[in-house]
Order: sequence, then C-alpha cells, then structure tokens
Amino acid sequence: MPMSRRALLGTAAATALPILPARAQKPTLKIGVLTDLSGPYKDVAGPGAIESTRQAAEDSGLKAKGIEVEILGADHQNKADVGASVARQWFDRDGVDVILEGTNSGEALAVASVAREKNKVFLNSGAATSDLTGTQCNANTIHWVYDTYMLAHSTGGAMVKAGGDSWFFIVADYAFGHALERDTTEFVQQAGGKVLGAVRYPFPSTTDFSSFLLQAQSSGAKVLGLASTGTDGINLIKQAHEFGIPMRIAGLLVFLTDVHSIGLEVAQGLALTASYYWDLNPGTRRFADKFTKRQPGRRPTMVQAGVYSSGLHYLKVAAEMGVAQAKADGAATVARMKATPTDDDCFGRGSIRIDGRKLCPSYLFEVKKPSESRGPWDYYKLLATTPADQAFRPLAAGGCPLVKG
Amino acid sequence: MIMIFGKPLLLLYGQLTLGLINGAFYALLSLGLAVIFGLLNIINFAHGALFMLGAYVAWALLEYLDIGYWPALVLAPLIVGVFGVVLEKTLIQRLYKLDHLYGLLLTFGCALIIEGLARNEFGSSGMPYAIPEALRGPLDLGFMMLPAYRAWVVVAAAGMCLLTWLVIEKTRLGSTLRAATENAKLVQAFGVNVPRLITLTYGAGAALAAFAGVLAAPIYSVNPGMGSNFIISVFAVVVIGGMGSILGSIITGFGLGILEGLTKVYYPEASATVIFVVMVIVLLARPAGLFGKA
Repeated sequence: MPMSRRALLGTAAATALPILPARAQKPTLKIGVLTDLSGPYKDVAGPGAIESTRQAAEDSGLKAKGIEVEILGADHQNKADVGASVARQWFDRDGVDVILEGTNSGEALAVASVAREKNKVFLNSGAATSDLTGTQCNANTIHWVYDTYMLAHSTGGAMVKAGGDSWFFIVADYAFGHALERDTTEFVQQAGGKVLGAVRYPFPSTTDFSSFLLQAQSSGAKVLGLASTGTDGINLIKQAHEFGIPMRIAGLLVFLTDVHSIGLEVAQGLALTASYYWDLNPGTRRFADKFTKRQPGRRPTMVQAGVYSSGLHYLKVAAEMGVAQAKADGAATVARMKATPTDDDCFGRGSIRIDGRKLCPSYLFEVKKPSESRGPWDYYKLLATTPADQAFRPLAAGGCPLVKG
Repeated sequence: MIMIFGKPLLLLYGQLTLGLINGAFYALLSLGLAVIFGLLNIINFAHGALFMLGAYVAWALLEYLDIGYWPALVLAPLIVGVFGVVLEKTLIQRLYKLDHLYGLLLTFGCALIIEGLARNEFGSSGMPYAIPEALRGPLDLGFMMLPAYRAWVVVAAAGMCLLTWLVIEKTRLGSTLRAATENAKLVQAFGVNVPRLITLTYGAGAALAAFAGVLAAPIYSVNPGMGSNFIISVFAVVVIGGMGSILGSIITGFGLGILEGLTKVYYPEASATVIFVVMVIVLLARPAGLFGKA
C-alpha cells in the first residue's frame, strides 16, 4: 500500500533528523508565484493562483515526509522588466527554487530566460505565446495549460466542421492578436473554410467596438473570431449582443471569469476553448470544491488549475529525486519532470514533451443559455474534444533547439 | 451601391452615427473637466476614476438595494457628487494657492487609489449591468439598426451638456461663478461664499462624470480601468477645445467622436491616435485651443 510506504519513508526521515543540531532547518522547497495581482488578469490568475499553489503543497503530502514548502507571491504588473527583476531577486537572494504562473507572454519569455541563466525552474500556466515551447524554449521551462496554437486549432478547426465556414476577425493590434489571427486563419483554411476579412483595433486604448462590429457584419461572414482577451473581449461580446450581430461568435481566448462577468444572458452561444473546466468530471469538481473553500464564491479558471497541477507535479518529482538535488539543478529537475507522467485531478493523466509542452486534451465549449444553467458558474457545455496528442503543435514544427539534440 | 473612397455610403452613415455616440461621452466627460478647470483651476486627473465610480455605484444600487437604472441615473451622480465635495473639502482645497502641478499630482494619486481599491474589492474582470428594459429594442434608421440605448445616450448626453451650458452662461448662479473665477476677493466682498461655491462646483463636476459613468455602464464593461481608458482622450479633447471653454469642449467632443469613427473605417489601426494628431496640429496653430481665449 503506497500510504504505508510513504509513512515508512516519513519515519525514516524523522529518525534521521535528530542527528542534526536541534535548530537546523528542515529541507525546504521554495515556490514563487509570479502573477498579476493588480491588473487585468487578477481574476484569471492572481490571488487564486497563490491559493492553488497552497492547495498543491497541501495535497503533495510533503509535510508528512518532513519537507517544508514555502510559498511567496509577487505582482509582475504585466511588465517584462518587473517580472524578470522579481525572478532574479527570488533566485539570487530569497532562495526560490521554482516560479509558477506568469500570465503575460512578454513577461513569461523574460522570466524563462532568467530561469535558464540561474538554472532554476519556471512552470508557466498563464501565458499564451507558443514561442515558450518553440524557438525560445529552454531546458528549465515547462508550459502548462494552453497556447495560441492550441486555441486556434481547437476553435478554428472545430467551428468550421460545425458549419461556420466563413470568418471575419476583430484583432487586438499587437503580437498576441496577430499570432492568434494568423494561426486561426491557417486552421480555418485547412478545414475548408475561408476568411473574408479582418480589422485590427488599437490595443489597449479601445473601448468602443461598435464600428468594427458593423464592419464585421457587412462582410457577410458566418463566424466572428475575436483575437483579443480580457476587458476588450468582454466589451466586444457585450456590444455584439447589443447590436444584435447575427454571427456566431468565437472567442479565441475567453476565461471562465470573463463569462461570469458578462453574464449568460449576453454570453450565451459563444464558442470558446479551454483545457480545464471545473464541471468536466469528478476530478475537476474535486479540485474546484477545494478551490472554492479557499476563495469563497469563485470557481477556478484553467490558469489557476494549471498552477495547481504544475506545482503538484514539481513537488512530487522534487521529493522523489531529493530536495538537495532538486534545489541544486533546475534543468535536471525539469528533465525528471518530463520523464515522469503527470497525474492530477485537474488534467488527469498526461505527459510533458521534450520541448517543455505539457500535453492535455483541449475542449471546445459553448456557453449555455440562461435556461440551461443550473446555477452560478454552471456556464459551459462541451461541443468537441481534441485528444492530447493532436491538441498542440507537432514537435517538429515548433523550431525548439532542444528537439534536434 | 454608392461608394465614397471605396467604402459603401450606408456603412459610412452607420459609422458617423456611432462616432456621434462616442462623441457624446467625450463631450460629457470633457465638459466636467472644463467646468472644474475653468472655475477651480484644477486639472482634475481623478475624473476618470469618478466616471468609473458612477458606473460602480449604479451597479451596487442594483445589486444590493435592487434600485434600477432610472433612479440610479439620478442617485449615482448625487452620491459621487457628495464624494467629490468631500474630496475637495479635505484634500484639493489645500492646493489652490500652489502651482497647477500639485493639483494634477494629487488628483492623479486619488485616481490611482480609487481604482486600486475598486480592483481589490470587486476584481479586475468587471461586473455585468443590463440595458434597461425600455431601451432594449433596435431602432431602424434605414441605413443601420441602431440599438435604442445608444440613441438614448446621445439624447441624454446632449441634453445634459445643454443644461450645464445654460446654467453657467445664462443664470445668475452661473454669472456669480464666472465672476468668482475672475476675481474671487471682489465677489466675496459682495457677500458671496466663494469657497462653498467652489466646493459645490467640484461636486457638480464629479456628478457629471458619474452621470456619464451610469450611461456607460450597460454598454461597456463595468471595470476598475474603464475610466483610465477614456481619460487620456478626454484630456486631448479639452486641450483641443481650449482649456476651460465649456462650449469648446462640447463641440470638440462630438466633432472628434465623429472623426474617430471615420478613422475606424479607413485606417482602424490609427483610430486611437487620430485625436492626438489633431491635438498636436491645433496646439501648433492655436496654442490656446480652438475655442480658448489666448
């Protein structure tokens, strides 16, 4: 029985302790959660991500094995330089071993390179850029929940199959929006659909989208693809409803908290992609209930679930290989994490590819009608599932230097 | 189909109408700024935060007290107006003798604090606020289907602008206010309580911002950042119209809304910057603004 073996190990560790001086520290793993605590992604990740990490530490059972887990939190303010300098300070001065989360793509790429430089570990859940496991991949970084390729593939491909064969895009005019537009266009065309046009709006200073919505409508396309996120996405969906735009709306990156903020009356019928939804299966519900105990009145987003899952896997692997070794060599820890299958309540069984891509299925959801919803946070119904081995960009296509060797 | 510069005329009509609606928000917000600057000489950077507060008060009235949109349209400006009075009494009043810069810094700080508190309390993704029942249907204008609520926004904003202009230009209260700006000591010598007048003016400016906030709540996401998205453009509107010019800010507000709407059709990428391009040109040609007194 695994429990008794764990208990045995615990006893072994405990008997070893008295040899050390009485005030010596227990072996300690330090986790830093670098997230958005004050900006637009605070609800998507933020304090909920720190709570998810605490839950992971609790569920890892390391305390019983005599290993302490210490958790720090900091705000990256969605600025790459702030993120990188916090990461440096944590690694150099505060003895942090692993950084979790990192909602912003620019900030995530910066932190990933600091982690490589210091030979520590960076497990990203919140950033969208597929470059983290592509040209800019490194041996110290794993990308957990989703990326632009996976979103475009699921939403773009599956929508065409469901009859939405002509598209118009409204695009946030910066790297993230362009990447989503480009990738989705490719999948729409591959599936036999066509793209009738696109309009790029200035980011982040646009609040009124009615003009772009009318241009979309006059294109005659069946599907309106929203290559934007956060408040812009919310405003777009609200205003499309207000103007009665008769198009199927595909949100390329919409989080559960966004739908909560829009309300079902307006959001109903919206198609979106996620790799975690709290009400998918008994495991996802189990984690969601734990989360709600820590954050009353809220359900976890896929990013918060990813923070839990990645933190749990790290702690499991670090304990297996020995705390001292895990602390000393970040790249070796990541290599071991890749070699060990993942298994947790949120994403089920899965694996991590050589380029640092965590594989999991992606789900195409549709937002329920108010009449279909049984209560608060009961928002999604499943339309289609893309299996884990097809959900992400093929290994060879990413251009990750780790793959060649 | 009739085309103008490669765009169908009907689409263009639609865009002009939408520009007018955005212009209504610009006019309403810049009006409050112009009143406060004209009479108090304070560059009120907290205006965006007060706009956001207006929307949040409307949301809170509905959520906690079940008070709907129409009463909120009156109540929220009153509540935020009182908040403005308190702000003026406790903080801003101390800065009248100092340089403009201090007032700007203080109100900017207040804006950051108010936004931060709102984000802490209500989260960053915003709150839903439904369009009132009576204004849900679309209006058929022939060239476009205009949501009735948007039409109401233009009417309400234009009405409020007209009312404010009449009060300041055509009433006894307005003339006292204007006199107090010209020479506070003399007006005080006539027995007018000038400090109270100024406090109430700031409160009225705050109420105007909140009124715009309530109007915006059903169409934009009610979120802590909604004011700061607007405020920079609104400052440009005030500068173009002429700092402190009431009529200037109203006309410029509507005009720039329309210009922005056209940019969204012909070159959407520039729609956020076109206002600032105009600002640069106006500042070079007429430093006091289009309607300002040099």
